Amino acid sequence: MRTSIAAALFRHLILATGAVLMVLPFVLMVSISLKTEGEIYHPQFSLLPTSPDGIENYVAAFAMQPLWRYLLNGVLVCVGIFLAQALFALPCAYALAKLRWPGRNLTMAFVLLGLLIPPQVPAVPVYIMLWKFGLLDSYAALILPSAISVFGIFLMRQFFRTVPDDLISAARMDGLSEVAIVWRIMLPTAIPGLIAFGILSVVGHWNDFFWPLIAIQTPELATPALGVMFFVTAEAGTNFGRLMAAATVVNAPLVIAFLIAQRWFIDGLTMSSMK
Amino acid sequence: MAEISIANISKSFAGTIILEGVSLDVANGEFLTLVGPSGCGKSTLLRIIAGLEHQDSGTIAIAGSSVDMKAPKARDLSMVFQSYALYPYMTVEENISLPLTMRRMGTLQRLPLLGGLLPGAGAIRREIAVEARQVAESLGIAHLLSRRPGQLSGGQRQRVALARAMVRQPQAFLMDEPLSNLDAKMRVKARAEISEMHRRLQATFIYVTHDQIEAMTMSDRVAVMMHGRLLQVDPPQRIYDEPKTLEVARFIGTPEINVLPGTVRHDGAIEVFDKIWPVVVDAGRHAPVSVAVRPEVWEVAQQPGEGSLLTGTVRHIELLGSETLLHVSFAGSAASVVARVEPTVATRYRLGSPIHLAVDPARILVFTENGKRAATLTRSVPSQVRNLHG
Ligand SMILES: Nc1ncnc2c1ncn2[C@@H]1O[C@H](COP(=O)(O)OP(=O)(O)O)[C@@H](O)[C@H]1O
Ligand SMILES: [Mg+2]
Repeated sequence: MRTSIAAALFRHLILATGAVLMVLPFVLMVSISLKTEGEIYHPQFSLLPTSPDGIENYVAAFAMQPLWRYLLNGVLVCVGIFLAQALFALPCAYALAKLRWPGRNLTMAFVLLGLLIPPQVPAVPVYIMLWKFGLLDSYAALILPSAISVFGIFLMRQFFRTVPDDLISAARMDGLSEVAIVWRIMLPTAIPGLIAFGILSVVGHWNDFFWPLIAIQTPELATPALGVMFFVTAEAGTNFGRLMAAATVVNAPLVIAFLIAQRWFIDGLTMSSMK
Repeated sequence: MAEISIANISKSFAGTIILEGVSLDVANGEFLTLVGPSGCGKSTLLRIIAGLEHQDSGTIAIAGSSVDMKAPKARDLSMVFQSYALYPYMTVEENISLPLTMRRMGTLQRLPLLGGLLPGAGAIRREIAVEARQVAESLGIAHLLSRRPGQLSGGQRQRVALARAMVRQPQAFLMDEPLSNLDAKMRVKARAEISEMHRRLQATFIYVTHDQIEAMTMSDRVAVMMHGRLLQVDPPQRIYDEPKTLEVARFIGTPEINVLPGTVRHDGAIEVFDKIWPVVVDAGRHAPVSVAVRPEVWEVAQQPGEGSLLTGTVRHIELLGSETLLHVSFAGSAASVVARVEPTVATRYRLGSPIHLAVDPARILVFTENGKRAATLTRSVPSQVRNLHG
């Protein structure tokens, strides 16, 4: 009895340490964003701001840079990418999971291979291609390179494989076309997976700094992560209070979205355990 | 309503031959049952008829014209699957009406919100809803229309699957073991319901099962299939009484037919366990044969009589209520037989009782070494048998 309590304590201690380490940067971010410059450089550290003047940082952040514009760009780009990814991944996953055609296994091998390649590797050829097409420094430059996700194809295929073949046969007898089968029969079985994938995709592209940095010159096209960095390079030097305020604003939509969707997210990624 | 003609269908999967030259004509309005052990290719044949699978060679014709180039939906057949294959994310009503919506409404009209605004869409939808409800009522599932398949019992799901197949009044119904996921009691009921459905619709049915009782009780004709070939296609009683091969004889009937080793004597008479049996066969002399007798054909006696052919010991007694099965073994042989007798007759026997078995000679089946029914089978009365012996 006593050992099990000790074990539980130990477990919780480890988990709590991990949780604190994870949350600490965010706590500091919010804390600094609410402090005035004087408070930030004060030798006595305190988590909570001592005066309400720190709110100034937020006002200044919105005034200095078009933060709303960055957020809107983020929404446009992330939604665009996710829709394109779903549009490609669902039919591909159906073909890989349920249709018999020569070269299917080879194609699947390429999909798995694609999972292993980090996006930075093809960045230069993709950049050159966009330049040749004259698409650099546009929304297309932000969306097109991510429009096909091998991870999305792979995840949807894993879901589709669990759909009984008889269901597809029945749909064909009932007069559904292959396209209708994908949207009306297969997609509903994979909704939790699609939501989980959507969250991963949106978070990834919302926070992506690398690709917007090389693809975008015009500040008005900046995504949130890139926009935040404009606070660093601004001529007045780094104002940490405003930088952190901008970072908090940029992170908030994701945190809120995740809190709303977390049940589906967990369902979607643990689907293997539910048969 | 149409006849279906299956001509010389062959199919292999990855080099393994699954169907080998299967030919079969199903008449308009006929209830034909395709029966055979698991894995013999029944589902594959059904899927080829439906167009869900492509044959390597051969032709399928429906109502006189070939459908080999037609997609499943163009063949106008309905299929009921073993797993029912109901769409899990649709209600029962949506499941039943989907075949009609797909056929009667255009792509735009089917769109969830926008479609309703198009001219005619609402009227078609209402008409479909009425038809779906009628079919559901005829199967007693109208109260389930708003549920999802996951909320239904096995029997209810099976009816929804039937309703979905019935609703568009197809040329013919294909059913792949639709009762094998039901418990024994439900199955008996569902058998009667499907037979009734066939009588009412007067449609062509091709019904696949591995259960020979379903085959016997429901069909106009039974096609027995093994190792990808059709062994015999005949009305049920004829399959039972006159099986063409030993495999068919063994597969049809429970308990299984009794098979004893025999030999053909020089005069054509059959000898089993050193005793002459009252049958003469036109088969190779001195060849080993299999002598087969249905369990209910045995006449049992406590004392040896005129026609006694076998003398054995009761080894096991199975009470089934309406009848009793006596398992009989013979000294000096590994063979044993089962006799199906009236319970009142059975009470005369205990485990270990001696028992004498006689047979109506007309009902003895003889199969040659290669499993074929012996070409001619003449009957002889017991007195002639004694003559042969002497
Ligand atoms: N798509 C397929 N690919 C490979 N083998 C198959 C396929 N479909 C069926 N088979 C094989 O064909 C044989 C017959 O299957 P099936 O027609 O389902 O038999 P039954 O319905 O009589 O039980 C089985 O051995 C099965 O493994
Ligand atoms: Mg089968």
